[in-house]
Amino acid sequence: MTRESPVRIGLVYPDLLGTYGDRGNALVLVERCRRRGVEAEIVEVAAGEPLPDSLDVYLFGGGEDDAQVMAAAGMRASSAALDRARGGGAVVFAVCAGLQLLGTSYAAGDGDVLDGLGLVELETRAGEGRCIGEVVVEPDPSLRLRTLTGFENHGGRTRLGPGVGPLGRVTVGHGNGVPESDGATVDGVLADRLIGTYLHGPVLPRNPDLADLLLGWVLGTDALTPLGDTLVEELRAERLHEARLRGRRARRRDRRLTRG
Amino acid sequence: MSLRARVALGAGRAAGWASRVTGRGAGTQVSGRVMLAIAPDLLEQVGSGRRCAIVSATNGKTTTTRLLAEALRSAGIPVTSNHTGANMPAGLAAALGRDPEPRVAVLEVDERWVPRVVDPLAAELLVLGNLTRDQLDRFGEVRSIAVRWREVCGSHPNLAVVANASDPHVVWSVEPATDVTWVALGAPWRSDAATCPRCAALLDWSADTFACRACGFAQPDAPYRLDGEVLVTPEGRIDLDLALPGAWNRMNAALALTAAIAHFGIDAERAAAGIRDLEMVSGRFSTRRLADGRDARVLLAKNPAGWTEVLRWLAPTDTSVVLAVNAHLADGRDPSWLFDVPYELLRGKPVAASGERALDVAVRLDYGDVSHVVERDPLRAANGLPGEVVVVASYTQFTHLTRGSW
Ligand SMILES: [Zn+2]
Repeated sequence: MTRESPVRIGLVYPDLLGTYGDRGNALVLVERCRRRGVEAEIVEVAAGEPLPDSLDVYLFGGGEDDAQVMAAAGMRASSAALDRARGGGAVVFAVCAGLQLLGTSYAAGDGDVLDGLGLVELETRAGEGRCIGEVVVEPDPSLRLRTLTGFENHGGRTRLGPGVGPLGRVTVGHGNGVPESDGATVDGVLADRLIGTYLHGPVLPRNPDLADLLLGWVLGTDALTPLGDTLVEELRAERLHEARLRGRRARRRDRRLTRG
Repeated sequence: MSLRARVALGAGRAAGWASRVTGRGAGTQVSGRVMLAIAPDLLEQVGSGRRCAIVSATNGKTTTTRLLAEALRSAGIPVTSNHTGANMPAGLAAALGRDPEPRVAVLEVDERWVPRVVDPLAAELLVLGNLTRDQLDRFGEVRSIAVRWREVCGSHPNLAVVANASDPHVVWSVEPATDVTWVALGAPWRSDAATCPRCAALLDWSADTFACRACGFAQPDAPYRLDGEVLVTPEGRIDLDLALPGAWNRMNAALALTAAIAHFGIDAERAAAGIRDLEMVSGRFSTRRLADGRDARVLLAKNPAGWTEVLRWLAPTDTSVVLAVNAHLADGRDPSWLFDVPYELLRGKPVAASGERALDVAVRLDYGDVSHVVERDPLRAANGLPGEVVVVASYTQFTHLTRGSW
């Protein structure tokens, strides 16, 4: 875990992609480094600037329609830098609009279908109604993470390409909002050192082991010193409890609808 | 007034009274709903024959409304106003119905309702402050409100507008209006205005002004301008010297004074004198007596921009602070905005995380290195903190605290 330079957490276009407290994800990563004696800093990439290839983590957050289109233009112009960074082991973590931009294409607010970055094979189209509320996700077992808790608010439906895996299975809420072939609902995308998700909240303050997974990838270890997360554990218990009540209510409603 | 309208007003008052004595509400909204159900054109009737000014904004509309009303009163003009903050058609009807005499009405109107009340009220003036993100689950709201305001401005050539030249969304909304007085209030909150409202390119921000290189959309020249504590007018500089706290109230005052001076022709010094000593505006500030006899000040903060202004004001003081946050529909069901607000400004103060979402607040404070205690009941939290206490509350916390139902 010895590094010569501070861990550089890139907050990409916070003015455009910062709708859901996305700065919080950067703050959590930096703090969890510092609390372990690892130097870290937030590097903000201002809208309109090209992405540097020297960051350890690239955070893409949520944004509204026009902002998402502008962010996409800037990111596509920097895709060579992003490829170089990923080749050198950089981590990509993308939320909501950020997740949509990672894919091959997405539908803009006016219905136009625009190119994404194409880092992973997924497509996003507009759906009927917005998915809003608490979400619970059981992450892919290979990640050895505990249940994820978050909040979603998006109109997009994201379909994963063949052979592309999700971050996890949704037990409460909508996530990608498109049923898989086995009928399951999934959230986000999981690839090599890349995670995308519809969960915000922001998601990392509520899910410290997901934050530590990303940091482990950066620092090259899966044995980070545990931190005292008592408050976070209380918050997790509260949010998971709330979400499960919501899930039970939704299932009861569905049963009534199918019966009646 | 028609018989039906008079019956509606009477029935509305009775419903409002019943609602107040049973403690279910401040009364005004309920009575307004009853009135509108009985006489749907009531707004037209209670507004007719008056000069109506409409004040709207995401933040500060209650205060701006009160300040404009006071500025007019200081010049001897009798004014009626919806001073309780009931700002949708039902509330407007109730306020106007209660007070049939004054010829001038200064009315706070919810941003989304502006287009629908301009015609029934035959409004002559729109006073527009700012448009920022409010409750997060109302996605795309800033844009859709701007579109609707723009339609109103374009389709009412006789409607005068006094508007904030420093807010890109407001400027875009007001562009098609023919009679505009701009006042530059400065732009302390830019996070919701990264892209050009006209062409969606990135906006260039320098110091306090914006411009779009792609399409030429830019901040208009403003004859009125807020410069620190001073409102600069074409006739000279006016010291605001307000009793109301904070930079945001200087912005509200500058907007209200510009409307009073430019539209109503009130003498600038006289208008300023009329608002200088105002200490409290209902709907935004209040006090609660604590168990130990101290009084805690209670402030409403509805969105990231509002929270940021309040924290900047608190930072240099030595008060204790309770942060009381809920996440009901009226608060925004998603408290992720907690991470958009610089709570780090509170480092070193006695702080309590409170409200139904006390744990979300606590985790936010923890990651910001702000030491704090967790106590869900805000009054108990306030009682446990030393010295002067300010409770900053989200919407439903604020209404609970000021209605005294804890
Ligand atoms: Zn432009």
